[in-house]
Amino acid sequence: MRFLLIEDNAQLAEAVIDRLMLDGHVVDHAPDIQTAKDFTATTSYDLILLDIMLPDGDGRTFLAQHRQQQESTPVIVLTARSEVADRVGLLDLGADDYMVKPIDFSELEARCRAVMRRRGGAAQNLLSLGNLHFDSHSGTLKLPDQDVQLRPRELRLFEVFANAPGQVFSKSMLVDRLFSYDEDVTENAIEVYIGRLRRHLESSSVKITTIRGLGYKLDIT
Amino acid sequence: MRQFALSIVLMLSASWASAFEAENVAWFGPKDSERVLRIISTADIAFFEPMIASFLNATPGVAIDYTVASSTELQKAIIEERQSFDLVVSSAMDLQTKLANDGWARRYTSDATSALPSWAVWNDMLFAFTQEPAAIVVSKTGLGDLPIPQTRNDLINLLRQHPDVFRGRTGTYDVRQSGLGYLFATQDTRASEIYWRLTEVMGGLDVQLFCCSSDMIDAVKSGELLIAYNVLGSYAINRPDHQDYAIILPSDFTTVMLRTALITSTAQSPELSGRFIDHLLAKSHGPNAAPLTSSELDLGRVEPSLNRIKIGPGLLVFLDQLKKTTFLSEWESAIFQN
Amino acid sequence: MRRATANGSLRRRLLLSLLASSAVLAIVVYFVVQSVARQVAQDSQDNVLTASALSILDSARLSSGEITIDLPYSALSMLDSISDERVFYAIRLEDTFLSGYADLPQAVRSGGAGPAYVSTVFLGEEVRVATVGRRVSTDTGQRYLHVSVAQTLSGQKQALARISRTSMGIGAGFFLVSVLLAGIISRSTIRPLDRLTASMSRRGPRDLRPVAAPVPSEMVPLVTSLNSFMRRLHQSLRRSEDFIAEAAHRVRTPLAVVRTKAEVAERKSTDPETRKALTEMIRAIDDSSRTAGQLLDHAMVTFRLDHLTREEIALHRLVEESVERTRPTSELKDITLDIADLDTATVKGDPILVQNALLNLLDNAVKYAPAGADIKVALNAGPQDAVIRVTDTGPGFLPSELSALPKRFTRGANTQSIVGSGLGLTIAKEVIEAHGGTLKIANTTGGGACVSLLFPLS
Repeated sequence: MRFLLIEDNAQLAEAVIDRLMLDGHVVDHAPDIQTAKDFTATTSYDLILLDIMLPDGDGRTFLAQHRQQQESTPVIVLTARSEVADRVGLLDLGADDYMVKPIDFSELEARCRAVMRRRGGAAQNLLSLGNLHFDSHSGTLKLPDQDVQLRPRELRLFEVFANAPGQVFSKSMLVDRLFSYDEDVTENAIEVYIGRLRRHLESSSVKITTIRGLGYKLDIT
Repeated sequence: MRQFALSIVLMLSASWASAFEAENVAWFGPKDSERVLRIISTADIAFFEPMIASFLNATPGVAIDYTVASSTELQKAIIEERQSFDLVVSSAMDLQTKLANDGWARRYTSDATSALPSWAVWNDMLFAFTQEPAAIVVSKTGLGDLPIPQTRNDLINLLRQHPDVFRGRTGTYDVRQSGLGYLFATQDTRASEIYWRLTEVMGGLDVQLFCCSSDMIDAVKSGELLIAYNVLGSYAINRPDHQDYAIILPSDFTTVMLRTALITSTAQSPELSGRFIDHLLAKSHGPNAAPLTSSELDLGRVEPSLNRIKIGPGLLVFLDQLKKTTFLSEWESAIFQN
Repeated sequence: MRRATANGSLRRRLLLSLLASSAVLAIVVYFVVQSVARQVAQDSQDNVLTASALSILDSARLSSGEITIDLPYSALSMLDSISDERVFYAIRLEDTFLSGYADLPQAVRSGGAGPAYVSTVFLGEEVRVATVGRRVSTDTGQRYLHVSVAQTLSGQKQALARISRTSMGIGAGFFLVSVLLAGIISRSTIRPLDRLTASMSRRGPRDLRPVAAPVPSEMVPLVTSLNSFMRRLHQSLRRSEDFIAEAAHRVRTPLAVVRTKAEVAERKSTDPETRKALTEMIRAIDDSSRTAGQLLDHAMVTFRLDHLTREEIALHRLVEESVERTRPTSELKDITLDIADLDTATVKGDPILVQNALLNLLDNAVKYAPAGADIKVALNAGPQDAVIRVTDTGPGFLPSELSALPKRFTRGANTQSIVGSGLGLTIAKEVIEAHGGTLKIANTTGGGACVSLLFPLS
């Protein structure tokens, strides 16, 4: 995904960019509103991360202008103040969501997915893999013989595989994507969810294959 | 020795005690009754008997010991001899007042006494139960064509115009002897100066003096007198022969004597006495009254000129010795002109 | 809140002192009126007796060396004219009794001429005696003639009884009027104090504006110090709120840097020891940032509660929004967050505060429910109230926690390992109570926790 990060604190911006790049995202950084406007004028982003306190103005001003220009890029606001205090007007001004610093990147990813799902619409959220249809919005696997409602973590795991069929994901990679830091998990915990997904997929042409020593991948037969 | 002396005194006082002179004594009701009411009265038995009878009728088992005495004897019995009478009934208003004033009466109040008009009760001690006017009694036959006087002025004019006719043939009380005569005379003087003029006129015509009303009536009836002045009207009307003479209530003013009763301070049966007073008052006042005096003597007719003698300490004035002496000497000089 | 210790009541004290002084005055009035009237009654009786005695004295004549007295009828009858009285008199020429009642005591004047009076008992009854005298010339020279007149006291006693009743009535009336006035006076005196109390009680818990309404001068020092106290309190409150906000802000940005860098380092490291240490560091940062966040939230919530707005809140939309907002974090823990029931309900209040309360409840539920649990949110509207219920399939509350939990800084005993300050429930409770509602915590029959926000519908 391509992010635009609008944040005046250089240290924080650098760290956030490092962190997002770890997940394979592309990030542009704008330290003020003017630069941000230049970026949005020339480049199309999947998501904008917007800090509220900026050297040349309030993030809210940017947000209001952004929405006036019929820009559809979703915006998640990053705030260092209180939820209660900063929430005033944020969502009304057109922010899709907001997060309080420090950012939990698992949560950020989850919120991004939620925003994407909300904005995507039914067509974009529907994915066909072999004889299987996957509705990421409702979290439903439509199999030939039945519909299966996935639990959140199963859904997340399936999304990871379905977005990149054939790609191998290591256990630790999957743990990082699935669990937040406040849970104590071992890599073996992944096996539980892989097992559950395999049971759901038994009647379909989609399989999750174990690559010994490397991890797992999704195959369509 | 001292005891002997004391007993002598007691004996003397005891013999003296029965010294008052009763005119008559009567016993009403059961002979052996425990509850006896002792009444001493100046009223004749015949006069008072209806009242006693109705009381005994209403209160069975009670006896009444009734003693008749003159007003002076009555005073003597109560004050000097301390006789134990329960009730004193008397026409001598001044003496009754003095008894009450001097502490010989006990106060009594009841529904009956509080319903009395103010002139009929004094100090809750004296209760009036008759109204008896002083009248002029005239011989109808003896007067002939002469007009019957309706006022004292009429009488004076009549006497002056016909001195020959009336000389020696008028009569009135000897106020020196009669308490009632004295009472009427003194009250007349209070009401008007005309009393003295009348007395002088009568004195000039050799007025005859009497002790009592009944004697005067007899004298009028017998023709000895043509006119008697200040006769007790109730006596005159109560006589069976009252058609033989005219009874005139003077229309200038009519002096009215009130017969009164009191309960003595030494009464043996005060409760019974109270009941008798209530009975007496119920019979003599109010719409259902049956007064002892004849209803033919219509006081209502002369109401504006009624001069009821007021019970009260004013009456004591004429009992004052100095006052009485003065009055009697004036009276004598008016009566005895020769 | 601790009630001030009451030591007596100003109004009662004022009322009692007024009543006590009125009672004393009423009694004084009673006695003064009675004694004056008694004196007047006594004087008028003495005057009548004197007039009577003088009229007798005037009637004394000296004729041919003898004293004659023509007792006037009115001399005695006047004494009986108002009320029936027993009347006594005595006429004496020095020691010689002339007429009347020989035993009647003579009143003796201690000095000078004029009538003399004495109260005594005669013939069994109390009497008042007046004695007057004058010189007369007799054969034996100048002699002194005395006339005493006495009368019983029944009329005077009646008059005194009447006077006593009247003065009693005056005293009682005086007292009654005083009671009425005392009530009015004490009420009106205390009224400014009552008004001040009422205006202070009507205020919101954090309304610290100075008292501007004029007060009686006696209350000015009290109100001045009250205002000054409130100003200091307000400043101190403001400062601490600002401080918390600023501190959280100052702490969060560096924390964000550190946390992000730690996360990057953790991802890049392959050494299990390093990764473990970094994970613990991240958790510690999350813990303190959450604490700071909730402190700041609480400060802001209390601030907003003081100036509570009263907008229409569509509770059903608010529930939907809050659930959507929480869903990403719940999914992270493999928790299904569903709306079980959603009636339409509208209440009045501050939507931001109500949403904050609900978000705190949801946040708590997500934090404290185990991974894989289900959380259900329901909005049920009845005729009397609307209830938002957040139930989960977690371990529920310990019985001992059920009452203590919503208090500030209390945290469930079985949640030690989970980040959070325990302020969430406190915030929710304060918000719902400011809106006239109640917060209830309970365990479901299945053992999970159930927290309800109950809004009255008026």
